[in-house]
Amino acid sequence: MQRLFAVAVNTFRETLRDKILYNLVLFAVLLIGSSVLLGTLTIGEQARIVNNLGLAAINLVAVIIAIFVGIGLVSKEIERRTIYTLLARPITRAQFVLGKYLGLALVILVNIAIMFAMFLATVKLSGHPIHASLFQAVELMVVEALLVMAFALLFSTFSSSILSATLTLGIYVIGHLTGDLKTIAEKHASGMIKSLTTTLYYAVPNLETLNIKGQSAAGVSVDLGFQLIATAYGLLYTGLLLVGACLIFQRRDF
Amino acid sequence: MDAITVEHITKVYEPVWPWHRSSTVLSDVSFTVAKGEIFGFLGHNGAGKTTTMKILLGLLRPTSGKIEVLGAPAGDVATHGKLGYLPESPYFYDYLTAEEFLEFYGKLAGMAREAIRVRIPDLLEQVGLQEAQHRQLRKFSKGMLQRIGLAQALIQDPELVVLDEPMSGLDPMGRKEVRDLILNLREQGKTVFFSTHILSDVEMICNRVGILAKGKMLALGTVEELVDGQLAKSIEVVCDGVIGRQIEPVRRLALRTLQSGARCLMVLPGHECLDEILDALRRAGAKLVSIIPHKGSLEELFVHKSEGEG
Repeated sequence: MQRLFAVAVNTFRETLRDKILYNLVLFAVLLIGSSVLLGTLTIGEQARIVNNLGLAAINLVAVIIAIFVGIGLVSKEIERRTIYTLLARPITRAQFVLGKYLGLALVILVNIAIMFAMFLATVKLSGHPIHASLFQAVELMVVEALLVMAFALLFSTFSSSILSATLTLGIYVIGHLTGDLKTIAEKHASGMIKSLTTTLYYAVPNLETLNIKGQSAAGVSVDLGFQLIATAYGLLYTGLLLVGACLIFQRRDF
Repeated sequence: MDAITVEHITKVYEPVWPWHRSSTVLSDVSFTVAKGEIFGFLGHNGAGKTTTMKILLGLLRPTSGKIEVLGAPAGDVATHGKLGYLPESPYFYDYLTAEEFLEFYGKLAGMAREAIRVRIPDLLEQVGLQEAQHRQLRKFSKGMLQRIGLAQALIQDPELVVLDEPMSGLDPMGRKEVRDLILNLREQGKTVFFSTHILSDVEMICNRVGILAKGKMLALGTVEELVDGQLAKSIEVVCDGVIGRQIEPVRRLALRTLQSGARCLMVLPGHECLDEILDALRRAGAKLVSIIPHKGSLEELFVHKSEGEG
């Protein structure tokens, strides 16, 4: 475990020392700021608009970090050839992959925590109430970011950075449209479109399950049972993807 | 017991696409490295040295063959605790300071925090980087990176050190320091397996040498065995008071003659013709200055072997 944590801490340190991350945090600050500005321009429902924009900004930044830093987790080590000295140490390949994942997961958690704190301060300073539903929405955002990051890591164990980014973005978009896929499948009685959409519906995780921003912004909480099941669903999917990533990485030649 | 045993390894890269051809980078390579010896792995770029090293470390899997490192199959993670590796032209995490970098590798090697803290200043002194302890690696020169790379390979005081071109990128002084460091490791009883294409390094410090070309092991043995056994020895004769070319046996037998005033230098192909030449010189009234058996160099053998393969 010491070795896994050493890799995780190093990944955490590397990402924090990377300027891109600070830019993303700045981006979030600007978005939250603009939400306040828009809130003052809109008559009524200011609280909902501030909540909506703030949550969307946090979600966007978390997903961008998950995808664009996630795809580089393993591939950068291979491209820079640092992987040679790492794997020449008494560390298993699975420990390496999981350490990298854990390091970035920590970065995302810290970032979301900072952005959420800034967002709550914005809500409070705007004189709006802080609903429990906001916490629920952010918790599911964390799960979504962990899931997206696992996809990015899985793809980067066997493909180039650009292809990994494209595939992960594709999964992210399709994951938010799985409901529509099911509708399309139901409307087509047979044929290729029906089998394709049905396959995608079952293969790609339903990311809309983890998206409760709309109702949370309006101050409506979700049932705790739903929250738990959605969290378990996301984490289970993440676990399976990480097992896949470890298995693929195990077989690679460097 | 041998530190490294390599038996008949072959590495073939199968084509990804049907229109590509497969390429064989190692072909039936066998050798052993005894514990406590310095083994030099010689070869041109692309000869297969790095591939062999990667196979030893489990970074690559051979297509066929058997490898044992410190008594365990190659790639056995537990064995990695007893070895250190410096890759060719290493790139390291440039956002780390030298101290953070060594601390990270110490943790990966499974060392306790206190042991790492004690080890780092010692190691930095050994590689001459004590001044750079708190400097980020991005501010290091190429030679300094090579040294910090060596330091990470030695962090846990390993039994076996695998170094891929450890002298590349170093100035003559730096090369001497690395040579001394390797010799020092031998004195401590460590096994060093290193690759290079700088022959003088090998001649100076290696117990045994392997010459690899185009994926095949062409020669294996001590420097003396290889040089003495495979190249005919020539003899240099220097004398005064004669014009070498005017003496018939010299004209007939010498590989080369150099005349400088009354002094003549002759290179003879071997001991067999020495008596005949000396008799002829004596008869011509020459005064003998020196007879030096000209020892073949590893360089000649290396060129000879590589050309033979080419």
